[in-house]
Parts: sequence; structure tokens; C-alpha cells
Amino acid sequence: MAEANTREQWGSRIGVILAVAGSAVGLGNFLRFPGTAAQNGGGAFMLPYFISLLVLGIPMCWAEWTMGRYAGARGCNSAPAIFTVIWRHPLAKYAGGLALVIPLVIYMYYVLIESWCLGYAFTYLIGDARLAQDPSGYFSKFVGMQENGLIYEEGSGHGTWVLLIVFVFNFLLIYRGVSKGIESFCKVAMPLMLTLGIIVLVRVLTLGTPDPAKPDQNVLRGLGFMWNPKPEALLNPATWLAASGQIFFSLSVGFGIIINYASYLTKKDDLALSGLTSCSVNEFFEVCMGGLITLPAAFLFLGVAASEFTGSSFALGFRALPNVFARMPAGQVIGSLWFFMLFLAAITSSISMLQPVIAFLEEGFGLKRHASVSILGVLSALGCGFVLYFSKDLVALDTFDFLVGSVMILVLALIQAVLYGWAFGTQRGHEELHEGALIRIPRFFQFMLKWIVPMYLLAIFGGFCFMDLPSRDVFKFHLGQGVALSQQEVAASEAIQAQFASNDVQLPASATIRPAEGGSWQVYDGDQALPYTIRTEKSLAVYAHEVGYYEKIGNHPVALASLLFVATILAFLLVMVYIAGQRWEAEGRFEHLEA
Amino acid sequence: MTIGGWTVMIVSVASVLALAAFCLYRVLTLPPVDVTERLKGPLDIDTQDTIDAD
Repeated sequence: MAEANTREQWGSRIGVILAVAGSAVGLGNFLRFPGTAAQNGGGAFMLPYFISLLVLGIPMCWAEWTMGRYAGARGCNSAPAIFTVIWRHPLAKYAGGLALVIPLVIYMYYVLIESWCLGYAFTYLIGDARLAQDPSGYFSKFVGMQENGLIYEEGSGHGTWVLLIVFVFNFLLIYRGVSKGIESFCKVAMPLMLTLGIIVLVRVLTLGTPDPAKPDQNVLRGLGFMWNPKPEALLNPATWLAASGQIFFSLSVGFGIIINYASYLTKKDDLALSGLTSCSVNEFFEVCMGGLITLPAAFLFLGVAASEFTGSSFALGFRALPNVFARMPAGQVIGSLWFFMLFLAAITSSISMLQPVIAFLEEGFGLKRHASVSILGVLSALGCGFVLYFSKDLVALDTFDFLVGSVMILVLALIQAVLYGWAFGTQRGHEELHEGALIRIPRFFQFMLKWIVPMYLLAIFGGFCFMDLPSRDVFKFHLGQGVALSQQEVAASEAIQAQFASNDVQLPASATIRPAEGGSWQVYDGDQALPYTIRTEKSLAVYAHEVGYYEKIGNHPVALASLLFVATILAFLLVMVYIAGQRWEAEGRFEHLEA
Repeated sequence: MTIGGWTVMIVSVASVLALAAFCLYRVLTLPPVDVTERLKGPLDIDTQDTIDAD
């Protein structure tokens, strides 16, 4: 038993909770959540959101914590080994390979976004006037959006240096290990992040009416912009899909991280309360911070035009908010604190993405820490360099995010749900969850994990394939009575502009409407077609063209190259899993486990 | 801000705050639970993932 004392494990209960919560709390809490909520019914979004949290998020977290500690107590920390402990089948380790590729690929682009946050915090600190004058232009140049490879050119800014610093810092932390590195850092970073968040929150909520010439743009209307419910959104399946996706992404379920972190727990450690606490801390940052800061602040200074930024986390975080800080009293200080807080949120997540692969390299190949960290450093640097080079319109980053952050996490979560409910068993799961537990969990949750969670996940996956993969025209709203269109090109009248604006679509002042095929009309800005068509139904109906991922990836060489890159990483890791599996078989590693 | 907006915001923020406060209070105040070791398998597998790996 002496060996058990030298194995890597967490130092304290609050330490592991902060580490798991730190892994979950990221940019999605502050940028993705408010934008998604505003786009999907505002306050009404919270109903499917909380249902998803209770039915999907918290039970799945408990399942991951339970399986992780169970396998960890049997000497396994990496997902391929953990899955083999749970399901004694040769294919189990390959399913675990998915839990390696997901955090690794996410790290490749996430560390880049993390470096943007630190870079912006630094820019605010030194008071670079260019950021305040033209936030959109500054962001484009900072990340090299105009052309591929721009970021590597001399004089392209300090973005590359910041990335290097952030990248090395991540690996220094991970090199120190689970307790001395991850846990120690999260114990400092999480309270600091909370402090910074409260400072920014108080500043935003005490702004009153910052521009007396625009009395409509005040704090209360800003909160209303985020929270006023639009109940009709609940009838739209896209709202429920978005809520489930947000819970998933936010809690880091299906990332392969929680299961790895939990494997460093001991039999005496609590799972039930710790899992619930990490979820609740994540929700605090998301609902109480993200929900009260980001969009209300954007509305205060941008008015309804803030809705233009809700569709993209980057647009909201790096274009809208710098506009806000430029006009806000003490905006330079608040901007610096805000982006440093985002950096802390990002780095507590990114270090967690490295540990699953480190654990695999050490466990699968008997490597020492410095060797496994070096190999992982090279692998992740390759991917990060790829995303950094193909910077034009951030196509590579978006494609990585779609493939891994949308598709693979759903698949892995589904695999984990089935493994827990059907291979591990809910009876055993219930007993294991309550070993050392500080609270009792109703047995009903086990029923949900066996039946409801897998079906819910299948429904989400089906909905995702139907709604996000193919391109389609989505109904937006009906034009009111009194609007008539002729068979000649006309300028979009004030009445039409106002109706678009009241449905969160800002048309350019020069927008025109031209007749198109099939008795419909197309909205143009000059010679450029905007993604809106107007069709004759019972009344005139406005449809928005949403480009699906099939079209996005299939028509873009960089997106295709990104797909190939991720597939190569997946294939490489599966080969590594095969070799590790051979090694484990030769060692008789799993022979002592009960069938 | 409509009455509906106020209601949703207050209920959401209060629920999350109450849950987080309850959980953190319990975590920080409750002592660890004694657990009897019931493992059947050996623990002498060297995963190399140790505190002092080097």
C-alpha cells in the first residue's frame, strides 16, 4: 500500500472542486452563454437551460466522477485504461481514444484564444489607443484575419509572443503535476477570477444611463435585453438544442477531462457533493456573471445594435466589448480587468485539457513526466501552429471547434452514458457514488442515467445533424400589413428597416430588395446579396439562409485541410492506444479485475 | 425590463446562488467520511504518474 501514497492525487477536497470548476468555467460562460440566450428567447431560454442542467448536465457529471474514481482506484488514470476497466472489451480502449483527441485538439485552438485575452488585457493596461479607435480592425490585425500566415510576418503585432508565453506557462503548470501544478494554480486563479468578475459586474450595474442623449440605453433596459422572455421561442426545437449544447459545452461534459481528474481521487473522497459543487460554481459564473455583465454592458453603449454581435462569441468579446470599454468611464482599467479575468477562465480550462494525454503517455508507455510533457508539447504546438497559420477568417479554428467541440463531444458523451448505464451498471454506480459521499443522491438519477440521458443525447445528436449540417432557409418573421413589394428593385423602406430591426436584424441603410426566382425577393447591399429572402405566403415572410457545415467545409480548402488534420491526429492517437493496449495485455494489467 | 424579465432573472440568479452557497458551505464544513477498503485488485501498478515523476 506504500505505493498508493506516492501516486499522484489531489491535495484537498476544495482543491479538486476548484480544479474541476476551473476546467468548466471558460470563455463560454462569459461570451457564449449570453449570446446564445439572447438569440434563443432571452429569459425563456432559461427553462430548457435548467432542464438540460438537471436532466443531462449534473447526472452526466456524476457518472464521469464515479467511473473516473472507480478506475483510478484500480490504478488507471487515462481514458483508454479507464474505459477498459469499465467495459472489459478490446474496443473499449479505442472509445477512450476519443477522450484523448478531444481535449488535445481543443487545446490547440483554445490556447490561441487564451493568448488573445492576455494580449488584450496587456493592451488595455498600456493604453493602446488603436484598440479604442477601431476595435474590429484591431482584432482582425491582432489575429491575422485578413490573410493566412499574416501572424508570422514581421511587425504583425505582439500576438505571437503572447501565445508563446501562454503556451509555455500552460506546460510549466502541467509539468508540476496534478496537485502542485493544476490544484495550486486553481486555488489562486478561481478566487481571483471571482474578485475581478465582481468588480466588473459592479461597474456595469452602476453605469445608470451613460449617455444622457440616449435615455433608452440604461442599465434596466440592458438587463431586459438579456432577460426579457420571448415564450414563443420555447416552441422552436432550435432553442432546446441550443440550451442542451450550452450545458454540455459549459460543464465540460464529454471532454474526457472530468473522468481523468476524478481518477486521482481516493476511495475516501466524496463524489456526490463535489460533483454538484463544481457544477454549481460553474453555473454561478455563467448565470450570475456572464448573464449580468456581457450583454447588458454591450446594450448600454451599442443599443439594439448589440444584437448583431450575439451570434459569435468572438464578435461579442473582441469587437463589441472593446467598443463598450472605449466609451465607459474608467474603461481602460475595466477592460484590462475583464480580459485578464477571461484569461484566467481560459487557462484554468486549458491546463485541464493537457492532463488526459499526459496521463495516457505515462500510463501507456511508462514515460516519465518530462518525456510525456515534451511529446505533448510537440503535438499541441503542431496543431496550434496550423490554426495560427490558417488565420484568414478563422476558418481553421472554426472547423476544429465544430469537429471536436460540437460533434465529438456529443459522441463521447453518448459513449460514456451507455458505458455507465449498461456496462458499469447503475446499481454499482449508485453504490460507488455513495462511497464517502457527503450527500445522498436519489436513486431516480440512476434511472435517468440509464434511460433518459442516452435517449436525450441521441435526440440532441439527431437534431444537430438535421439543423446544423445541411444549409437551409430558416423562417424569421412575417412582414406586417401595409408592406408591399413590386417586381422592380426598390430601396428597403424605413418601415421594412424598422421591422427587421425589431426582429434583431440590422439592415444597412443602403439595403435594396430585388425580385428573385419563384416569386420571391432577395435583400441586397449594393451588389452583395444578404442572406435574407422574402417569400409570398399568407403574408410576406422573411427567411434567413443559414449555411450548414457540409457546405462550409466542403467548399473551403482550409476547412478540408483542418478536417484532414484532426483525422490524422485521431488516427495517430488510436495507433498509440493500440500499442499501449498491447503493452497492457503483455503486462496482464487488467487480469485482476472482476469480469 | 418587463415583469417577466425581472422574474426570470431573480429566480435564475437566486437559484444558482443558493445552490452554490449550499454546496460550498457543506464542502467547507463537513468532515471526510470513513470508508472501509473493499478493493479486490492489487494497487501495485506503476502508472509512472507520480508526485515526483522525475
